[in-house]
Amino acid sequence: MCLAIPGRVISTTGDSIMRIGRVDFGGIVKEINLAYVPEARIGDYVLAHVGFAISMIDETEAARVYEDLREIAKIESELEPAS
Amino acid sequence: MKHADEYRDGKLAHALGARIAHEAHPTALYHFMEFCGGHTHAISRYGIQDLLPANVRMIHGPGCPVCVLPIARIDMAIRLAQRPEVTLCTYGDLMRVPGSNGNSLLKAKAAGADIRMVYSTTDALGIAEAEPDREVVFFAIGFETTTPPTALAIRVAAEKTLKNFTIFCNHVLTPSAIQNILESPDVRELGRVRIDGFIGPAHVSAVIGSQPYNFFAEEFEKPVVIAGFEPLDVMQAILMLVRQINEGRHEVENQYTRAVKPEGNERAKAEVAEIFELRKSFEWRGLGQVPYSGLRLKDAYAAFDAERRFDIREVEAHDNPACECGAILRGVKQPADCKLFGTVCTPDTPMGSCMVSAEGACAAHWTYGRFRDHARAAS
Amino acid sequence: MTVKTYKRKLDIKNGRVDLSHGSGGRAMTQLIADIFHEALDNEWLRRGNDQSAFDVVGGRMVMTTDGYVVSPLFFPGGDIGSLAVHGTINDVAMAGARPLFLSASFIIEEGFAFADLKRIADSMGEAARAAGVPIITGDTKVVERGKADGVFITTTGVGVLPDGLDLSADKARADDQVILSGTIGDHGVAVMSKRQNLTFETAIVSDSAALHGLVAAMVEAGGYGLRVMRDPTRGGLAATLNELAHQSGVGFRIAEELVPVRPEVAAACDLLGLDPLYVANEGKLVAVVAPEAAEKVLAAMRAHPLGRDAVIIGEAIADENNFVQMTTSFGGGRIVDWLSGEQLPRIC
Repeated sequence: MCLAIPGRVISTTGDSIMRIGRVDFGGIVKEINLAYVPEARIGDYVLAHVGFAISMIDETEAARVYEDLREIAKIESELEPAS
Repeated sequence: MKHADEYRDGKLAHALGARIAHEAHPTALYHFMEFCGGHTHAISRYGIQDLLPANVRMIHGPGCPVCVLPIARIDMAIRLAQRPEVTLCTYGDLMRVPGSNGNSLLKAKAAGADIRMVYSTTDALGIAEAEPDREVVFFAIGFETTTPPTALAIRVAAEKTLKNFTIFCNHVLTPSAIQNILESPDVRELGRVRIDGFIGPAHVSAVIGSQPYNFFAEEFEKPVVIAGFEPLDVMQAILMLVRQINEGRHEVENQYTRAVKPEGNERAKAEVAEIFELRKSFEWRGLGQVPYSGLRLKDAYAAFDAERRFDIREVEAHDNPACECGAILRGVKQPADCKLFGTVCTPDTPMGSCMVSAEGACAAHWTYGRFRDHARAAS
Repeated sequence: MTVKTYKRKLDIKNGRVDLSHGSGGRAMTQLIADIFHEALDNEWLRRGNDQSAFDVVGGRMVMTTDGYVVSPLFFPGGDIGSLAVHGTINDVAMAGARPLFLSASFIIEEGFAFADLKRIADSMGEAARAAGVPIITGDTKVVERGKADGVFITTTGVGVLPDGLDLSADKARADDQVILSGTIGDHGVAVMSKRQNLTFETAIVSDSAALHGLVAAMVEAGGYGLRVMRDPTRGGLAATLNELAHQSGVGFRIAEELVPVRPEVAAACDLLGLDPLYVANEGKLVAVVAPEAAEKVLAAMRAHPLGRDAVIIGEAIADENNFVQMTTSFGGGRIVDWLSGEQLPRIC
């Protein structure tokens, strides 16, 4: 449900409910309404759903969680007998 | 794509699977329901079940707003679209959903109705502005993720005093549905469906935050872990759920911290609260009438309400009696239990919404589950 | 004394096709001359007949026909005209045959701009010349407003088969290798990027291309081992593999990790909720090759500009269900189903 994907804001126009950003999703650029993320600046990552940004991506959190995942993987590979 | 691709790493997934296998108590059973259809899709598409130990099972929940839309509401949309002055704008997901008599928006379009697929409410607004002679009706569906975009469209339509733009509102609420499932006899008393914990929706939570789930964790003493949509997110959430069960905890935890805050998106919530109000009750395909689970436009925005402008009423409509979508949506039955599965009901000729929607349990089983059964039978 | 007749040139810049251009009279002749003959020019068309003669080369010949109704008419990397030329050349080439000639018939909607028609005709001329396959005969009709989406084009192609080559969709056998010539999804995404209500900026261009040169190299390197070739157009790679599986009575097992997809195409598919396996391609082919010839054919493909990214993605297996199975990047399995209709973008 609710396909939303992360993209990077590369430019913005307008303001308030008509604040629109050009957002880069891995090479595809689409216009996304930024009304719900007034704090979004150029260079920030937002989560977009049906043409609207519904939240910001917290890159610090993202890095932290990903490190956790890699830690778990490291522990597991140490537990596994060498193959 | 950054913040997505990293979470699709097969090696990390295997490592997580191994960790889950290590931590799950060998004699215990862990049954988790992923409420959200996007999670069902990720689990199927990446074959996550194959990476989990046998005693950790996923149960598919009803979190697919397309799947739970009742036939009567599809019929209403088709009737609206058939009015010569109406241009019905809809997301692609709804085009093939079967209404009564096997009709659908796609078929109605072939028969001449002006139905246009759009990616966003912004597009529907654009059509209304470009074609002032047409009555543009936007078929609004979705959970809390999709409601803020509709709210903003109404706000813009109001500011531009558009006279030819309305919405047909079918927005529904997630917590109400979760509560309905947890309170259902199947789960609560009869123990027919055993649910030990929930994987909470990713993007609904980005809007509503993690707070609304506290009630479930406390009242029903089940852990809830909010998970992102990528496969590694789901697996990490499963690990967190296993740990909660092992430690006897039943809390709300957030795996998707990069996008979900405890309070969610305040601005989006405020906009929705300004424009919409709760219906006393709304029908969910498979769950029946669920109290305070659906939204409609407030009187102040009546001018944008298609149900009021066009005076269309719900006409009672029933699913095919042999269709088990209801039981499947509640997790009581499996797709293979339905007599229609694979015979009368296929993705070509869907009888119920579980087969039409890409993330419906039956469609998922058709694409991925059959492979597993096929492979099992062959080995 | 000869009477000077004043013939007004077609106003290409501002003029539009009207019903008189389809009625067989002088207007139609002028349209054909000023736009089509001008763009497609060759010795056959210059003779101005309703049919064109050519020597039969001898041996077995192939013939194919296709209708083109793509919308929008112009998209990054091509248009309905170049698509028609490439597509029909490819259908001939998929048999392993050398394409010789094309025909082109146009059904034009009343009101269609001359400028657009000329753009399309010029594009076809260029594509035909680049491929070395001339359009030697054609037809023009005009229909009332609303009865054609701008213009519909039907092209027929003829070609000649090398001796002994008899590729067919029912010839795949268990253990045959499946070779894909390059990245999937480019064309479908490029077209979608221009379609109304789904617009996004993108650097992706359609992969529309004539594949007969690539095919000739494949036939030379390992023609004896070729079972069947097909270009995965509408319905994408998934449709093609399912068709072949059913027609040959086999199954296929492919690996997701081996199927090349450009990152931008993958991103666009993520955005719209589409699966690249089902997205159209117009410059790629799938070849089912006997195991003993696979490496030779693959090498020949990689040496050709249109086959640089060629890769063996899997193999045919015995399977009475004719499933197309795919191992996912996670090592799990899924069935690549045969969709009944077009894949639609989704929000859920």
